[in-house]
Amino acid sequence: MSENKLYPGLNLGDGHAEAHEQAESTVFGFWVFLMSDLIIFGILFASYASYLDPIGIAGGPGPSDLFDIKSVAIQTGFLLFGGVAYGGVSLAVKYEHGRGKVIAWLLVCALLGAGFLFFEVKDFITQAGKGGVPQASGWLSSYWLLVGLHGFHVFSGILWILTSVAQIAFRGLDDVVKVRLSMLGVFWHFLDLIWVGIFSFVFLVPLA
Amino acid sequence: MSQDTSPIFGNLNWNVTPYTDLLRDVNSSTIIGAGAASVLVLGAIATLALLTYMRWWGPLYRNWLTSPDAKKIGIMYIVLGLVMLARGVIEGFVIRAQQATALGTLTQEHKVGLVAPDHFAQLFSTHGTIMIFFVAMPLLIGLINFVLPQQLGARDMAFPVLNQVSLGLTAAGAGLVMISLLIGQFGTGGWTMYPPYTGIDFSPGEGVDYWLWAILISGMGSTLTGMNFAVTIFKERAPGMHFMRMPLFCWTSLCVAIMLIYAMPALTVSSGMLMLDRYAGFHFFTNAAGGNMMNYANIFWMFGHPEVYILVLPAFGVFSEISSTYSGKRLYGYTSLVIASMSIAVISFTVWLHHFFTMGQSAGVNIAFGIATMIIGIPTGVKIYDWMATMWRGRVRITAPIVYLTGFFLLFVIGGLSGIILANPSIDYQVHNTTFLVAHFHNVIIPGVLYGMLAGIHYWFPKAFGFRLDETWGRRTAFLFVGGFVFTFLPLYVLGLMGMPRRSPTFQNPDFMPWMYIAAFGAVLMLCALTSLFWTFFTSYRNRMALAVPGGDPWNGSTLEWSTPAPVPEWTFPRIPYVAARDDWGERKRAGDPWKAPQQYCDIEMPANTAHGLLIAGAAFALGFAAIWHIWWLVILSFLAIPGVLALRGMRVIEPKVISAAEVRETDQRFRHLATTLAPITRAEEESERNRGVPDISEFAG
Repeated sequence: MSENKLYPGLNLGDGHAEAHEQAESTVFGFWVFLMSDLIIFGILFASYASYLDPIGIAGGPGPSDLFDIKSVAIQTGFLLFGGVAYGGVSLAVKYEHGRGKVIAWLLVCALLGAGFLFFEVKDFITQAGKGGVPQASGWLSSYWLLVGLHGFHVFSGILWILTSVAQIAFRGLDDVVKVRLSMLGVFWHFLDLIWVGIFSFVFLVPLA
Repeated sequence: MSQDTSPIFGNLNWNVTPYTDLLRDVNSSTIIGAGAASVLVLGAIATLALLTYMRWWGPLYRNWLTSPDAKKIGIMYIVLGLVMLARGVIEGFVIRAQQATALGTLTQEHKVGLVAPDHFAQLFSTHGTIMIFFVAMPLLIGLINFVLPQQLGARDMAFPVLNQVSLGLTAAGAGLVMISLLIGQFGTGGWTMYPPYTGIDFSPGEGVDYWLWAILISGMGSTLTGMNFAVTIFKERAPGMHFMRMPLFCWTSLCVAIMLIYAMPALTVSSGMLMLDRYAGFHFFTNAAGGNMMNYANIFWMFGHPEVYILVLPAFGVFSEISSTYSGKRLYGYTSLVIASMSIAVISFTVWLHHFFTMGQSAGVNIAFGIATMIIGIPTGVKIYDWMATMWRGRVRITAPIVYLTGFFLLFVIGGLSGIILANPSIDYQVHNTTFLVAHFHNVIIPGVLYGMLAGIHYWFPKAFGFRLDETWGRRTAFLFVGGFVFTFLPLYVLGLMGMPRRSPTFQNPDFMPWMYIAAFGAVLMLCALTSLFWTFFTSYRNRMALAVPGGDPWNGSTLEWSTPAPVPEWTFPRIPYVAARDDWGERKRAGDPWKAPQQYCDIEMPANTAHGLLIAGAAFALGFAAIWHIWWLVILSFLAIPGVLALRGMRVIEPKVISAAEVRETDQRFRHLATTLAPITRAEEESERNRGVPDISEFAG
């Protein structure tokens, strides 16, 4: 396999030749999967926009009754710093800093993700208390599905991080696990990307 | 659903089978319902008995169900598709029989026609669902799985185990639709299941849920398949197999892959939203509280229209291969066919709105989509001309696939033209929701998909099993499918223009009757065609010694898959070939001595067998079934089982299966020796028993 065909995002350096070859199609396949996932979010964004009018809100509680922009800003901070922390994982793998460092950075990511989820769930509970349940209106249905699905992705990401930690601890940092870590990285950053859309279109647009 | 939900059995009880209906009231409708359930039960018992009697459980499990080999997965997809095809065709026959006996039943108190209106609605809903999702999709995905890696010069798909999971999910969805015959009822909202009718207010009960879970589960499988195809084509091609050297079937597979990746999510979203409406009281598509049912039509058809081209493009790929091979000529206009396929794939995403011109958007929007719809006819027309030019002045052998291709030419053009008529919004307002529309889409899907898939199965069958299908019976089947189509569906154009609404269990106009009888006669021909199809497989199997083609190249083909023995070994190629030209196998024939052995053999690593796909499929089936019947403990259990199975597999180091160089060498050299000893045959003798799969390469001019 020639040098110029290698997957660029893995960036593992010379000591990881076999992982490179596997990454070639595996990580590309994961990108394709995420493109498909992105379409799901795209349709949900469009649906959210179509329900964001007086007919869709249907006399129920609206954005200004329910959204707490300060809490949303805190969530954004947690999630984006979680993305930065994954850089630690990638560097620790690339420069072979040892399993302990990789696991430590993974746990930092999981913690920041959990912080995000804590504030998000707290918001959901507060909103439900104010009558903002998904059964109240078409707009709230689409809000809960879009933001909830992103939250579910973050939750799955945390589970994936924990299983990765288990894999590194028990089967070691072999080539297969390295490739999986690079996919996990793509996934984790993808969640940031979706969140930027949610922060802007779901929260800022109706409040503006 | 007035009774309480039991904590263990959910809404299941003894009153959900069609036998209870039969005991309550004996009429033609309940007899048909109970009869269909009995066929299912007896068929299942007979299969289990046969497997036990022949001691096939072990081989079935070891060689098939746990195999990650794309070729075997492809064959299993096709078997699934053919079984479901039998049910779909029989349902179509009952639908036509119903309408042929349904004159004036509206005003008569005790006469309901052959089946009751509610039963009729289930029939057309399952017929459509099965034919699109569980016949057409498995057939095309199966064919691509079998052919694509061989044509690309690849060992296997990029993700063999994922492939197994995709098959499992599709089979789980099909299983849910099948079991609805016996347990409970299916939905009555047509194959599109439009809300608000299919919302919980108007359709309580399990019917719509059967559809939702079957579609959601099999849809996930199709998305994953699309990824697998795309990565295989982008990353697993043999060295030298440039994009513009790929056979056209690979190009249409690439289009299908891209469309699956981008279209299936829309179906996932629309069914997921409808599910939330039904299970959790959300208001996406309800009448009240800000719901908007027009969003469903939009999202569904964002998937639904690309889906139509997902179905038809693989058939276009098949037609490109067979028109060239059976004419003994190079494919005419390769580049234009590539461009046309890609154009169709892209434009297909911009026409979905023509499925609901009458929903109430502005005239300007309708016109834009109407024009886009007409534009997509252009690349399709280019293709038809290319295939005709390929056959022009070729030495065409009238084999079964060519009968299908000719039938396709004649009929598909009519269907395409009626599509152009329907693409005009002002005409669409007149004929929408009539049998004119039913005639149109059957007119494109039966010639475009069914003929293509059956032609492809006939063409590649010897590669899979080592013997040809009987040509005479193959041709009879093809003629019956063509004739059956003409008699069944062309009358529906007339009926539609006369004002016959689609999906109607009854009508009052006696003028419809002659056309109804013609259509019913056509349905009888379709049943004969189905029988003839299965007879073709059976009689060919009986004569398999006479029809055997161990040389592996029975049609004097020019693409890579014909360079291997038939049946093709698990590892396909002893060495991954180096591709030097488009139609590489044909070039090697022209150069002389195509069966030259590779200089050396190496160990081949193949993915090891695994029950991973079976476990995921089992969990998905249990999840769907439990959710349909509100058996909540099983829902939770099976939902947790899926990530559990994934995590456990992730913890293990999976070693590949290694096939030793010695074994490969022995098998391969035996084949090379055989190829030199078998007598080469000319194309004219192709149908005779002298065809042992070694063609006369001096005849290879194409």
